[in-house]
Amino acid sequence: MSALNIEKGSTKHSAYNLRPQFSDVQETHTLAVTVDNEPGVLARVIGLFSGRGYNIDSLTVAEVDHTGHTSRITIVTTGTPQVIEQIKAQLGRIVPVHDVHDLSVEGPSVERELALFKVVCQGDKRVEALRLADIFRANVVDSTLASFVFEITGTPDKIDAFANLMRPLGLAEVARTGVAALSRGE
Amino acid sequence: MVVQALMDQGVDVVFGYPGGAVLPIYDEIFQQNSIRHVLVRHEQGAVHAAEGYARSTGKPGVVLVTSGPGATNAVTGITDALMDSIPLVVLTGQVPTFMIGTDAFQEADTVGITRPCTKHNWLVKDTDALAGTLHEAFHVATSGRPGPVLIDIPKDVQFATGTYIAPQKARTSHYQPRVKGDMEAITQLVAAIETAKKPIFYTGGGVINSGPAAAQLLRELVDATGAPITSTLMGLGAYPASGKAWMGMLGMHGLYEANMAMHDCDLLIAIGARFDDRITGRLDAFSPDSIKAHIDIDPSSINKVIKTDIPIVGDVGHVLEDILKVWKARGRKTDKAGLAEWWDRIEDWRKVDCLKFSQTGNVIRPQHALSRLEALTRERDRYVCTEVGQHQMWAAQFMGFEAPNRWMTSGGLGTMGYGFPASIGVQMAHPEALVINVAGEASWLMNMQELGTAAQYRLPVKQFILNNERLGMVRQWQELLHGERYSHSWSESLPDFVKLAEAFGAKGIKCSDPADLDDAIMEMLDHDGPVVFDCLVEKHENCFPMIPSGEPHNNMLLGEASTHDAIREGGAVLV
Repeated sequence: MSALNIEKGSTKHSAYNLRPQFSDVQETHTLAVTVDNEPGVLARVIGLFSGRGYNIDSLTVAEVDHTGHTSRITIVTTGTPQVIEQIKAQLGRIVPVHDVHDLSVEGPSVERELALFKVVCQGDKRVEALRLADIFRANVVDSTLASFVFEITGTPDKIDAFANLMRPLGLAEVARTGVAALSRGE
Repeated sequence: MVVQALMDQGVDVVFGYPGGAVLPIYDEIFQQNSIRHVLVRHEQGAVHAAEGYARSTGKPGVVLVTSGPGATNAVTGITDALMDSIPLVVLTGQVPTFMIGTDAFQEADTVGITRPCTKHNWLVKDTDALAGTLHEAFHVATSGRPGPVLIDIPKDVQFATGTYIAPQKARTSHYQPRVKGDMEAITQLVAAIETAKKPIFYTGGGVINSGPAAAQLLRELVDATGAPITSTLMGLGAYPASGKAWMGMLGMHGLYEANMAMHDCDLLIAIGARFDDRITGRLDAFSPDSIKAHIDIDPSSINKVIKTDIPIVGDVGHVLEDILKVWKARGRKTDKAGLAEWWDRIEDWRKVDCLKFSQTGNVIRPQHALSRLEALTRERDRYVCTEVGQHQMWAAQFMGFEAPNRWMTSGGLGTMGYGFPASIGVQMAHPEALVINVAGEASWLMNMQELGTAAQYRLPVKQFILNNERLGMVRQWQELLHGERYSHSWSESLPDFVKLAEAFGAKGIKCSDPADLDDAIMEMLDHDGPVVFDCLVEKHENCFPMIPSGEPHNNMLLGEASTHDAIREGGAVLV
């Protein structure tokens, strides 16, 4: 058997010598799923995740090809490597799903998220909020004498960091789109 | 248009039940003669009958039911078909498009309700899309891993006239699952077969779904390599029970030799099987020393519960053909000495004779009843259905199947009430054949209304009920796991099955004496019409062998003596 150089799946020891078959390390993966833009397709994807107990950290969906009636769903999910593989296989099984790409393993990729922040503050805090927004390249898309709405795009980490800074300054409301992602290169 | 599409798809039988939202389709059915409609007595029965039809012919089963309760009653059958990969096309009526969402009379969100229990489903809102969707539905149901699909058709769409497209002209579906296996992995598997000392084939329902040619190739491969073969409940018949490499079913109530061989093998070749928990037992102790190869058309089955060393995604028939080709081209090698030693060990396990029982006294033991049924029917053109429970396991243990598509049982979902309607579907497909449903009294009562269907269509289905006045399997678990507290597992107020049969115009036979059993079975077989056979059996019989929940294959219970404290605390939470 060793000539085959096959990595064995389970323990060689007694039946009672327990060893987990699969790694229990949690990994976060970004999946890009191309689907037919037909009624119920999003429900199928979400139903798969809830029905089989998988996690959704973020999910975005929009039609990307109007003539071909296809949409792109970007899902960020967390699980053990075996669960991630199952998620991909289960997604691939859904009839209106064309393909499933795991951007986290198929080479480098870019991820972006858009968020809107409403910050209610006055005086020095107002100045500080504007200064921080400038550092983060956030745009002011609405303003009153007592509030701003900032628009920011970036990686989820950057948006988290911005949120943490705005919180003490009077962060009142947040809307985030979830992650959109593409692989780098051609 | 619906009926035209069904005809063009080669449908000859539809199982259904009319209602307000499908009346236009029923009107079409009334005006033609090429498709037979079987009127069931409950929509669940229609789906199981279509499953029986599909499983025994290899063709998709077709169901036609109305909206709302018609659709929700069909859900159990649809889920059953999904779990057992049975191709079905279910047509449901829906309230008119302009009333959807208004909580109209008999409205239900059928597509929403059945989304998780179908392979795919559609709500057709445009009559012009109806024909194309129907053809696509047959394609999806039958290609790749088969399964049930559902088309929800609002009543106004049924009434409207649209353009019909013939199947040949319909848009080709992008759903085209891969059927050819990866040659590199196949070569790897062949190399493993050549050197394995203790190989075993573990086959499942996928072989049967792949078609008779796949079963033929399996027989060729097994016989040529000389490796032993075991099968899941769903896969019985793919390899003949009389074949020399046959070890019997494996799993929770599988044969001792099959489970021991699974545990000790060094090469496990899984073909069209999915490592169900009834098969594997305790996962971390499952076949600990083997290289595992897994052939399956569904990529999600691979590495789902058991880590596979040689995964091969493809259709069983295609992959087996390639394996044989490569193995022959490389000189038909096997480790003959290793195999001989392996067979010696298997013979030792066989000597345990794990199914032995003795028929003494004046009460029929269920094993004896099935042995006699087997002996008196095995030479016939026979199809066997079962319900779910102890009788199902005994039937799998004591009846032998020589060909695929001869054994219809609810494996994955374990649906009590499956067998009787399934036997009706089988008999519709094979009017001249002997169709037997091995049942328990409790399961059988769940869909006994179908006696009306059997009587109406003069279907000579034989209902062989092993009546222990108990939910036998529940009772067995309560004995082993719950301190013999038999909570609600006693079938009180049972009907007189003979009178019940007669009330429907069928024949009833009651048998309680072992001495009368053969004559009674012959009387059942000789009667040209539906028969309800009430076979009163030993009430406290347990089904052995048994792998208790949470235990590995090599820790089987073989009989009453071994059951004391058999299940640990951890195992008790498992089902």
